[in-house]
Amino acid sequence: MKTIQTLLLIVCCLAASLAHAEKIVIAAASDLKFALDEIAAEFRQIRPDDTIEIVYGSSGKFFTQIQQDAPYDLYFSADIAFPEKLAKAGFAASEVKPYAVGRIVLWSAQMDASKLTLKNLTDSSITRIAIANPKHAPYGKRAEEALRSTGIWAAVETKLVYGENIAHTAQFVQTGNAQIGIIALSLALNPELAKLGDHYLIPDTLHEPLAQGYIITKRAADNILAERFAAYVDSKPAREVMTRYGFTLPAKDR
Amino acid sequence: MILSAGDLQAVILTLELALVVTAILFVAGTPIAWWLARTKSRWKGPVGAVVALPLVLPPSVLGFYLLLAMGPNGPVGHLTNALGVDPLPFTFEGLVLASVFYSLPFMVQPLQNAFEAIGDRPLEAAATLRASPLNAFFTVALPLALPGFLTAGVLTFAHTVGEFGVVLMIGGNIPGITRVASVQIYDHVEALEYGEAHSLAAVMLIFSFLVLLTVYAWRPGAKKA
Repeated sequence: MKTIQTLLLIVCCLAASLAHAEKIVIAAASDLKFALDEIAAEFRQIRPDDTIEIVYGSSGKFFTQIQQDAPYDLYFSADIAFPEKLAKAGFAASEVKPYAVGRIVLWSAQMDASKLTLKNLTDSSITRIAIANPKHAPYGKRAEEALRSTGIWAAVETKLVYGENIAHTAQFVQTGNAQIGIIALSLALNPELAKLGDHYLIPDTLHEPLAQGYIITKRAADNILAERFAAYVDSKPAREVMTRYGFTLPAKDR
Repeated sequence: MILSAGDLQAVILTLELALVVTAILFVAGTPIAWWLARTKSRWKGPVGAVVALPLVLPPSVLGFYLLLAMGPNGPVGHLTNALGVDPLPFTFEGLVLASVFYSLPFMVQPLQNAFEAIGDRPLEAAATLRASPLNAFFTVALPLALPGFLTAGVLTFAHTVGEFGVVLMIGGNIPGITRVASVQIYDHVEALEYGEAHSLAAVMLIFSFLVLLTVYAWRPGAKKA
């Protein structure tokens, strides 16, 4: 009995010490993959003792998971509507903060996409076009809108293949399985992808804006690190990274 | 419970895929299982291990390799290109090929067990009656291994129906071509359409239970006979 009590005490001490070394888990839309990785790396240099883990995936999936009390402390969504709904339903510990506006591009690893426009997608030499699933991926919705407002949706619909999220979509194009795709500018600007092919920036007049927003979740209400990281995302160095990856930022000191 | 047109299309596609894969694996898996059951070759271990790989490999590993292999720069991609056929990713044929790999152990292992259970004696007896090995296989081994064929067929079929990760990675989610039921459910959940997800998920649950019930209810009966 005595040993069990001792063990319990040790476990409790361990748990307490772990709680002291601060840690956050961030759920982020996959368009942030490269930009947020960089921002987090810089943040870790400033605060080397803290642990920051980032999970990338589709915004819609995280939305569902957070409603089921998923262990995420911050949620960066590619569509601000998701965090807004969560805040309304009481799952947020902060107000919904817009952090960026995303852009979509035409990108290919096989041809020079910078010399193309959306109209070229109807060309018979292009047989596979990758976009994110418009049913639930924000970037997919905007891609569909752009194709529809260009008037070529019906002509290209049979050529479309759907990625689960925007990184998955980029991977279809990167491996050459789709000749071309509509992906996030933030991914096309990453050196790994940029060296494979140039991109064409799709005019943002063709689709609704990709307004993105984040919240601190309810479970992280008392988590100082979550607040610190959120503040850091709004700092000058972090904003520079976001700008470099092609995000349009909300005006500072709104 | 009424399924939408899209859901019904996904269910039918799933059943088509499972049927084609099961048929192909009956033909391709039987010789492999027979060889594994009878051989004394030192290759038995390695071949058996390769056949069993999909049991332990995450579908993402298989999907990743298949996507690269079938892509325009992969070996399968070069082959399809040389033959002048369409690249396999995002096609029904591509899903069939991937599923054949993925479900291979579910066909081979039950068959191998069934063949091993027959033992040497019935085949030796057939040989003394001057049956050729092929003849002995069809007239002696096959009927004796019939319960094994049922188990293997049902498990292969059911496992292909339940496939998700590989399809997601190489399918491209095209309605009527690669959007199978498991992917359709995933999309419903992602799009927060819980009602639709429930209906289709319930259909899958009941189906899977009935399939397994068939296998487990049938086996003791086979032993009594």
